[in-house]
Amino acid sequence: MIDPMFEEALRVLTFQSGFNSAVVVAGTAALGLAGGTVGTFLLLRRRALVSDALSHATLPGIAVAFLVGAALGLPERSLPLLLAGAVVSGVVGLLTVQALSRFTRLTEDSAIGAVLSVFFGLGVVLLSVIQNLELGGQAGLKTFILGQTAAMAQGEAIAIGLLAAGAALAVALLFKELRVLAFDPGFAAVQGWPVGALDLVLMGLATLVTVIGLQTVGLILVVALLIIPPAAARFWTDRLPALTVAAAVIGALSGWLGATLSALLPKLPAGAVIVLVAGGFFLLSFLFAPARGLLAAALRQGRLRLTFAERRALTDLLDGQPVEGSVALWLRLRGFTRGNSVLTPAGQTAARAAARDRRLWERFLADYPALLPAHANWGVDPIDSVLPGDMVRLLEERSASS
Amino acid sequence: MQYLWRTPGSRIAPEEASPIGPPPLEIRGLTVAYHRRPVLWNIDYAAPPGGLIAVVGPNGAGKSTLIKACLGLVPRVSGTVEVFGRPIAKQRRLIGYVPQRESVDWDFPVSALDVVAMGRYGKIGWFRPVTRAHKEAALHALERVGMADFARRQIGQLSGGQQQRVFLARALAQEAQLYFMDEPFAGVDAATERAVLQVLRDLDAAGRTVICVHHDLQTVSDYFDHALLLNTRVVAQGPVSRVMTPDLLSRTYGGRPMPAPAAAEAS
Repeated sequence: MIDPMFEEALRVLTFQSGFNSAVVVAGTAALGLAGGTVGTFLLLRRRALVSDALSHATLPGIAVAFLVGAALGLPERSLPLLLAGAVVSGVVGLLTVQALSRFTRLTEDSAIGAVLSVFFGLGVVLLSVIQNLELGGQAGLKTFILGQTAAMAQGEAIAIGLLAAGAALAVALLFKELRVLAFDPGFAAVQGWPVGALDLVLMGLATLVTVIGLQTVGLILVVALLIIPPAAARFWTDRLPALTVAAAVIGALSGWLGATLSALLPKLPAGAVIVLVAGGFFLLSFLFAPARGLLAAALRQGRLRLTFAERRALTDLLDGQPVEGSVALWLRLRGFTRGNSVLTPAGQTAARAAARDRRLWERFLADYPALLPAHANWGVDPIDSVLPGDMVRLLEERSASS
Repeated sequence: MQYLWRTPGSRIAPEEASPIGPPPLEIRGLTVAYHRRPVLWNIDYAAPPGGLIAVVGPNGAGKSTLIKACLGLVPRVSGTVEVFGRPIAKQRRLIGYVPQRESVDWDFPVSALDVVAMGRYGKIGWFRPVTRAHKEAALHALERVGMADFARRQIGQLSGGQQQRVFLARALAQEAQLYFMDEPFAGVDAATERAVLQVLRDLDAAGRTVICVHHDLQTVSDYFDHALLLNTRVVAQGPVSRVMTPDLLSRTYGGRPMPAPAAAEAS
C-alpha cells in the first residue's frame, strides 16, 4: 500500500502523472509564489489582516454572481462571472473597513472583525438560499469556502499561473516604491510618491492573489498564503530582497507540495492541506532558522552563559578562590583543571587570558564609554578580536601604569 | 531664485537676500484642527533664506504638526504654504525631511545604507532600481554623519543615536535646499549631538535653510540663528538674540516664568 502511493507521489511531484495534474500543481505553486511576494509587503505595511476581511467579504459576491448568472439563463456556473462578483464584494468589504476606521472611533482591528463576520454571514445565508432553489451547479459553490484543486480545469490553472506571475512581476517592478511606502510612508509622501495610489496597488495585488486563490485554497484560508510565507521567511534574513525571494520560494513550495498531497488524498480539502504545509515551513523556520530561530537563540544564550561562567571561574581559581558545582565539572571536562580544582598548564594560560581580558575591558569601559556602541560584542569576545591592536596596546600601558 | 545656487560658504543676511526672490518657506493663514479643536491657528510665517531656524514651544504647541502641515502630511483647514514661491507639490525635489525617530518600525528588514538610499528615490524615478552611483551617494551621506562603518548593519541593531544619524544621512542624500527636521536632537548621545550639529552647520555654510523642531531651550541660542516661538499661534519670530527672552518665552510657555538661557547665563 505504501509503495504504490509513494510512487504516485513522486510522479505528481515531478509533474509526470498526466498533463492535467501537472498543470494544477504548477498553477498552485505559482499562486504560492505570488502570495509570498505580495504578502511580504502586506506584512511590512501591516495590512495582513485587512486582506483577511477582504477574502471573507468575497462570499456574498460569489453567491450574488451565481444568482445573476442563473437569472440570465447561463447554462452552468461561469467562473469569470463568479470571480468578478468576488472582486466586487471583496472591494466593498475593504472600503467598509477603511471607512469604519477612518470616520468612526473604531480601531482597525474591530472594523476588520465586524466586516469579516457580517459579510461572511451574509454569504452563508445567500448560499443556503441558493441550496433551496432548484438550480443546476450550486454544489460547486461550496468549494470556494474550503478550496479544491481537483475542481480546477486546465485553462483555469494556466490563467491562475499567468496572473500570479503578473502579480509577482508587479512587485518586482515596484520594489523600491513599495519598500519606502512600507518603511516610512510619511517620508515617501514628502518625496512626492503617491502613497494612497501605491497602497491601492498593493491592496489590488492582494485582491488578485485572493481571488485567484479562492478556488484552490478557499476564501477562509487564502489569507494564509499571504501571511505565512513572509512570516516564515522573516526568520531567515534581515534583507528585504532576500526576504521577498525566500517568501516566494516558501509560498511556491507550499503550493507545490500541498497540491501534490491533495491530489493523493482527494478527500481532504486542498486549501487546508496547502496551508498546513506552509504552516510546517513556518514551524521549521521558527525552530531552526540560523539567525532568528528559537533553537539558535537558545544556543547563543547558553553559549554566552557558559562563556561568562567559565571565565569567572578561571579568574576565581587564579585568585585562589574555590569553584564548585557544574562549572567545576565543566572546567575539568575542558582539561583546565584536575584533581581538587587545580589549574592545569592549559588552565593557567586560559585563566591568565581571561584575567587580562577582564582588566583591559574594564580599562576600556572607564576610559572610552563613548566608543561602546560601535562594538556590539564588547566584553564578550576576546578584546584582541574586537578592538584594533594599537588600542589594545594603549589600554595595556594604561592598566599597567595605574 | 539666485540664492538657490549660491556657492558654499557665501552667507547672505536675510535683509540682503529678501529682495532677490521668494523666501524658502512662506506660510499664510495656516490653521490645522484635529476634529474641531485647532492645533495651529492663523499661522503667518516667512523663513529667512539660508539659516538655521528653531521651532520652539511647549508640548502640544503644534510644533510637529506645523512641519507636517507644511509638508502636506496632515490636512489643513485653511491657509497656503509656498516653498521658494511655489506650492509645495511642485517643489518636492527641493525639500529634505527628517521625521521623528519613533515614527517608523526599526525592526524593518533594511540596512542603514538601504534607508539612506531612500533619500535618492525621488531622483531615481519610477520603476528604476537603485544604481551603484546612488548607493555611493548614500554611502557618502553616511560618512558625513560618521556612520560609514555601519552601512550594512540592519537598522534595528543600531543605537538610538545612530538611528537618528541614519535619518539625517537620508535627508542629506536628498540634496535639498530646504530641510524640515522633527526633533533631531531628542534623546541622543553626545557623539550624535555633535554629528547632528556639525551637519546643521555644514548645511548653513552651504546656504541651505533648516527648520528644526527643538525642545531644549538651553541650546537654542547656541545652535540656531532664528527662532519661531509657537504655541498654537506664532508668539514671536526672529533672530534668537531678539526672541529668546524671558518675557517672550514665558508668554510662549503659558505665562509661567521660564528659566531663559540668558537668565541662566547671568546667574
